[in-house]
Amino acid sequence: MIAIFHNYGSLLLQGFGQTLLCSVIALIFSLIIGSMFAIFETTPSKFLRVIARIYIEVFRNIPLLVITMFFFVVIPMFVAKINGFTAGTIGLTIYTSAFIAETVRSGINSVDPGQMEGARANGLSWWQAMRYVVLPQAFRYVIPPLGNQFINLVKNSSVLAFVAGFDLMYQGNVIASDSLNTMSTYICIGILYLIITLPLSYWMRYLEKKLA
Amino acid sequence: MKDFIDAYSWINIHYLLQGLWITVIVSVVSILGSYILGSILGIIRYVNIKVVSPIVGLFIDIIRNLPLLLIIFFTYFGLPNLGFRPSSVWATILAMTVFESTMIAEIVRSGIAAVDPGQMEGARANGLTYGQAMYHVILPQAMKKMIPALVSQFISLIKDTSLATIIVLPDLMHNAQIVYGQNSTYILPMFLMIAIMYFIVCYALSLLSRSLDRRMS
Repeated sequence: MIAIFHNYGSLLLQGFGQTLLCSVIALIFSLIIGSMFAIFETTPSKFLRVIARIYIEVFRNIPLLVITMFFFVVIPMFVAKINGFTAGTIGLTIYTSAFIAETVRSGINSVDPGQMEGARANGLSWWQAMRYVVLPQAFRYVIPPLGNQFINLVKNSSVLAFVAGFDLMYQGNVIASDSLNTMSTYICIGILYLIITLPLSYWMRYLEKKLA
Repeated sequence: MKDFIDAYSWINIHYLLQGLWITVIVSVVSILGSYILGSILGIIRYVNIKVVSPIVGLFIDIIRNLPLLLIIFFTYFGLPNLGFRPSSVWATILAMTVFESTMIAEIVRSGIAAVDPGQMEGARANGLTYGQAMYHVILPQAMKKMIPALVSQFISLIKDTSLATIIVLPDLMHNAQIVYGQNSTYILPMFLMIAIMYFIVCYALSLLSRSLDRRMS
């Protein structure tokens, strides 16, 4: 195992960087898209609610791999050539945003409806009340589940291995087939994933306890 | 349009359905296995047995925080280093069962923890032993709270079987890749079809969970 870290250090580091990079990019965009659909779901407009419901249900019930492969295989045929990293990150963003939308929506619903009514009665528009009164309270509730979504995102980023995204899992396969020492390689890769996910998961558990 | 009609010939659809069948079989076996193993692990973690529970807890935390794809690779390509060589179907079932049971263990543990501690005290005060109180009083109540989380975990299990394509499990995703590999005009129709198939299976399960949830509360 030490030999693997020693011989393939630069590959591992590159993979680690790519995994982290695509997770952070996907997190930022899926937070924006997810929050948008969560707000759509709570608007008074029936049209927006239906749109949001369809988006969430469709992408929650289709495997991430199918979405990612769609962007890797189908989009280059009709639209534009994109590389594996981009296809993987777009797939991850779309998939995760559906889960984040569901999380944020439950956060918004857990805010006392009196808050919205009070804000409206004080003369704020619906959007102002949402933006300045409801959302700040909702986000406090959803921080632990959002953290768990980020952990899932880091784990799910391993699908980049399917589309040559040069992430940790991809480099792991390269190293495994080069060194022929599959067992130790996968243990090394596992340790690198745990460096990201394990502290986050303990931190989220601590936050959950503190907020409860 | 002609592409779609060609792509959806009975031979192709039949082949996809065979893949769907493998996906369903592997999922069902893994769901049963991980439900049993996960409940045992979750209860062990909850009841706090000396030495055993911290070790189980550490095992759960480590496996839970690894990508499933890594565990699939480890089972199929790593274990042969130790002389154990499972077929792709069994490797998938083994990897899924181990991974999902740690997820389920967490759900079970938090489900039990969410039951009012007064229930346990009341049951003990009425003369039940710890085991009886657990089995007859706490677990049925915890079960009700766990159903939505359990079902969404099972849904993600079904979706995640598609990852086993990489170890050549002949599942839905894999069979679709074979079909569109023959003819590039089949690519779009195949993606549409497998998306619909996965959606039907997973969405049906989530509707079932919602109706169960409504009936129990």
